[in-house]
Amino acid sequence: MSVAVKEPEARRRIRTALGRPATSSPPTAGLWTRIRRDRALLLLMAPGVLFFLVFQYLALFGNVIAFKDYMPFLGVKDSPWVGFANFQALFGEPAFWHAASNTVVISLAQLVFYFPVPLALALLLHSLVQGRVRRFVQSVVYLPHFISWVIVVALFQQVLGADGVLNGALGGSDGHLVDVIGNPDLFKPLMVLELIWKECGWGTIIFLAALAQVDEGLYEAAALDGAGPWRRFWHVTLPGLRAVIFLLLILRLGDILSVGFEQILLQRDAFGPDVSEVIDTYVFYHGIRDQNWGVAAAAALFKGVIGACLVLAANKIAHRMGEQGVYR
Amino acid sequence: MSAAATERPAWMERPKPVTRGARGLALIVTVLVVLVPFWVVVATSFAPDQQVIANGGYALWPDEWTLRAYELVFSGGQILRALAVSGLITLVGTAFSLACTVMLAYALARPGVVGGKPVMLMILFTFLFPAGMIPSFLVVNGLHLRNTYWALFLPVLISAFNLVVMRGFFQGIPAELFESARIDGAGELRILLTIVLPLSKAVVAVVGLFYAVGYWNDFFRAILYTDQSTMWPLQTWMRTYVVQSQNSLIQVQGGVGEQIQFAPQTVNMAVVVLATVPILCVYPFIQRYFTKGVLTGAVKS
Repeated sequence: MSVAVKEPEARRRIRTALGRPATSSPPTAGLWTRIRRDRALLLLMAPGVLFFLVFQYLALFGNVIAFKDYMPFLGVKDSPWVGFANFQALFGEPAFWHAASNTVVISLAQLVFYFPVPLALALLLHSLVQGRVRRFVQSVVYLPHFISWVIVVALFQQVLGADGVLNGALGGSDGHLVDVIGNPDLFKPLMVLELIWKECGWGTIIFLAALAQVDEGLYEAAALDGAGPWRRFWHVTLPGLRAVIFLLLILRLGDILSVGFEQILLQRDAFGPDVSEVIDTYVFYHGIRDQNWGVAAAAALFKGVIGACLVLAANKIAHRMGEQGVYR
Repeated sequence: MSAAATERPAWMERPKPVTRGARGLALIVTVLVVLVPFWVVVATSFAPDQQVIANGGYALWPDEWTLRAYELVFSGGQILRALAVSGLITLVGTAFSLACTVMLAYALARPGVVGGKPVMLMILFTFLFPAGMIPSFLVVNGLHLRNTYWALFLPVLISAFNLVVMRGFFQGIPAELFESARIDGAGELRILLTIVLPLSKAVVAVVGLFYAVGYWNDFFRAILYTDQSTMWPLQTWMRTYVVQSQNSLIQVQGGVGEQIQFAPQTVNMAVVVLATVPILCVYPFIQRYFTKGVLTGAVKS
């Protein structure tokens, strides 16, 4: 009798001594009890949370200088408010609109010419029947993703530059130089080419994962019903990739105003700001280099807000079309 | 890629020779397009100066293999210093980043932890509104981190993407394991170290590689946050001497090429090789975890 009474009591004590249960928390526990119970976990969280608070949220708050006449000596708090003057100055600046249009053009060019390449490469890899060849090709094409933009640009200079391999191969015949590096007309194609070289292999990963998840039985059934390779591709493979393609397009849309900052910063001097200035480089050169803080911060904020709106809108559209989108 | 993938399913017809030929060709071209630029760089770095000059700046196969460019690189104090800075930032930064990411991801992966949901939302929000360049600069400046090595890794300590990947992976670990460890009297730190981490080698390796590559490849933070070129990591250094002005390396080295003909490209390319080698060394070991580590984590979240 006494044992039967003590048993649950002992178990309860063990539970409290153990702290939090591993699976779920009792909803009735008060806040302080829960904090005491989770103190070890909270301690583990602390450095990470501190990082996000300082370097993301405190920084986010720094965006207020877009509405201030920021003076480094006064600091963010004491610099005078100027309302929308920075935005007015920014929108009256032809250099900004020039940078903005460059951004959109380069971004769209990369979207149109880059986006299909990883998809095509993934389909090619997926069609390989021999696992070993496929693994080898995958290791090779992933590699450039891990090489810095500095090295990629150096490689392209070495191959396409005035003293490069391409000129050595072509120039020998008629002495005609193929001037790629430093030629403003070729800047945008070069941007796309470099992006394809660096990232298209890595971009296949997500498509390959989606392809691996397509049910083999669907192919088999389609083949038994007499569908040839093309019809199977059209009716089984593509629908299997639909969700991933939508997801990537939405994410890309949000980034439409940020194109390869590092990539462009490295080559801005060679091609000149006329063709290569984008919003990000505009912010760097006008804000931090020329100490034009308020206006540059306004440019960055403008970019951020447009990007966020585009993601939200694209996500809405995806939901309308019955896709999952980025979230919920 | 298992045995099943190496055999043709019964329903699949054998592709026509033309298709097979086109596929093979496409694959060979792809592989060559990736590898040839690397090869040109390696060959140029080992080629004698006369050959590089005669060729107009590059070599496809060295007439004779020489280490002269590398000797020059290692005789110059500046490059060595930059190499050391890069190594230091990569090691220390990766260690800090991994530790903080693992701890935060672990805590957030436990169900019902107090404050878990708001913290997760707070992190996800940064995807939508990342802190910009100027505000980050103001924070680093305000904390008096400019011109310190801290500025080269603290501002990017945790990547929200890596965190989400890792949390997803931790969430896939069966809850019974935690439960039994608890009953055996293990504390949270002990569970993390003895149960969770050994099970998560794949994701820790991949996320660690991502962080390490990020630190090793970064050139911009040093431009943004430092004034002295003595603090530059290798990539920042390369940006100035290899990418922007190809010929200033000789002056930097201090009047080396007096009598002998000198090709700056050989030294430039030797530096590029040195900057690439560490990545090539780690890559094969971690590469096999890519799909396993990244996708299981990412798909779940």
